[in-house]
Amino acid sequence: MKTLATSRKHITTITSLRLQETARTGGCGECQNSCQSACKTSCTVGNQACERDRQEG
Amino acid sequence: MSLGEIHKFRFDDLRLVLDVNSGAVHAVDEVVWDLLSGDGAAPEAAARWSGKYPVEEIATALEEIDTLRREGLLFSEPALMDAALPFREAPVLKSLCLHVAHDCNLRCRYCFADTGPFGGLRGLMPLEVARKAIDMLLVASGARRQCEVDFFGGEPLLNFAVVQETVRYGRERAAAMGKELKFTLTTNATMLEGKVARFLLDNDINVVLSLDGRPAINDRMRFFADGTGSYNRIMPRIKAFVEEFNSRNRGRTYCYVRGTFTRENLDFAEDVRHLADAGFTEISMEPVVATGDAGYAIREEDLRVIEAEYDRLAGLYLQRRAEGNPFKFFHFNLNLEKATCLSKRISGCGAGHEYLAVAPDGTLYPCHQFMGREGYAMGNVFDGEIDPGLRRKFREAQVLNKPGCAGCWARLYCSGGCHANAQLFSGDIYEPYEIGCRLQKKRLECALGIQARIALEDQGWEESKAI
Repeated sequence: MKTLATSRKHITTITSLRLQETARTGGCGECQNSCQSACKTSCTVGNQACERDRQEG
Repeated sequence: MSLGEIHKFRFDDLRLVLDVNSGAVHAVDEVVWDLLSGDGAAPEAAARWSGKYPVEEIATALEEIDTLRREGLLFSEPALMDAALPFREAPVLKSLCLHVAHDCNLRCRYCFADTGPFGGLRGLMPLEVARKAIDMLLVASGARRQCEVDFFGGEPLLNFAVVQETVRYGRERAAAMGKELKFTLTTNATMLEGKVARFLLDNDINVVLSLDGRPAINDRMRFFADGTGSYNRIMPRIKAFVEEFNSRNRGRTYCYVRGTFTRENLDFAEDVRHLADAGFTEISMEPVVATGDAGYAIREEDLRVIEAEYDRLAGLYLQRRAEGNPFKFFHFNLNLEKATCLSKRISGCGAGHEYLAVAPDGTLYPCHQFMGREGYAMGNVFDGEIDPGLRRKFREAQVLNKPGCAGCWARLYCSGGCHANAQLFSGDIYEPYEIGCRLQKKRLECALGIQARIALEDQGWEESKAI
């Protein structure tokens, strides 16, 4: 997934994510369990993708 | 205006700002960087910096800051969430970690499983326990369609017959119930060959392969019971397996080579380089988790060295990418656009409520790291009852309920960290493991920095602009 930057004179926005919006739309629970520890597959939630987004392509 | 909800950091020559609540990320020039320091970005800031920058520069910078604030991309407010229970539905069980072998043919010095038995007796999981676990998962997962099963140990391939039959049984039962099971197996790769390797490949099993990097580094920690290092045995097997894995169309199946670093190899970027040079493109390297009495445990005085090493690793990552010879490093794989939702970010790993570990005798624990810890047995697969008190305790132990996480900029990325590490170091799952937090934050800065650098380069960004 390519992130596109939006450039202004002083500030270039790398990503304009609005996580707050997912408080209404998210929470389906279909995502994979993550592991926050330093062992196993060690998947933190930060590097997971939303399962719904993934299925929708 | 509160400045507590942004996080400013440098990555190489970039000045970056993360808006904590929205997740928006910005690269800023020196004027904005300065305006965003101190107590505010309003008229007081303009007065403060008027000796350093022209008034019109400050005015346009403040205007941009204000625009982003109005758009909800800077100093944004937190979402209103049910802090106790972020998911709408009652908890369902999504995943089980099956400890099919509490035994191992290696005697790794840093093993948190006590080289296999987790402080108990060495032994293998009978097929009957594995089947009961699958039955329990498929029922307790309710309406959820996708479930996960991890084969773990010890060394799970010591019990290969049970792994095989569990995959067959699990897939059959899941299909009958309109569900899908995804399997993952973590192995030391000593037995990864022939029919074992073919089975994993043919059955789309995700595989995590343990190898610490350079031969001497690997063998100092990972050796057989007679003291012989494992590198010479596992490297050719891992290479052959990964080659075959990559030659097939894997779809969504993954295969990671993952290592552990300790205070004995704080130059761990060299171990990642070694793995990349060997041709592996999916790599993870994790700090060891051990208490201070172990000589190889990471100490607070090591943190500056480790942080600098993560910067070096980020440099290597970008260099290889620029040369057309990239590798993926697990902790730098942030997905900034198709990110997980707030509910997931708040609730974290799901240990103890959505995810449980199963001992060889069928006893349930909150996760593989809690295995065998006193007071954390949560039931067994035979009656399928999960201790409601412990389950609720873990479900509520999410990041918004952890006092130490409230003011932390990384809270929506780490979700409050690992409960097992917290319990190991403080005795309390609500009190995060500080060294782990510091390393997590550094990895996140590197990951965000890498994503920013790549996005800017893709846009034909001029180096002179944002610095």
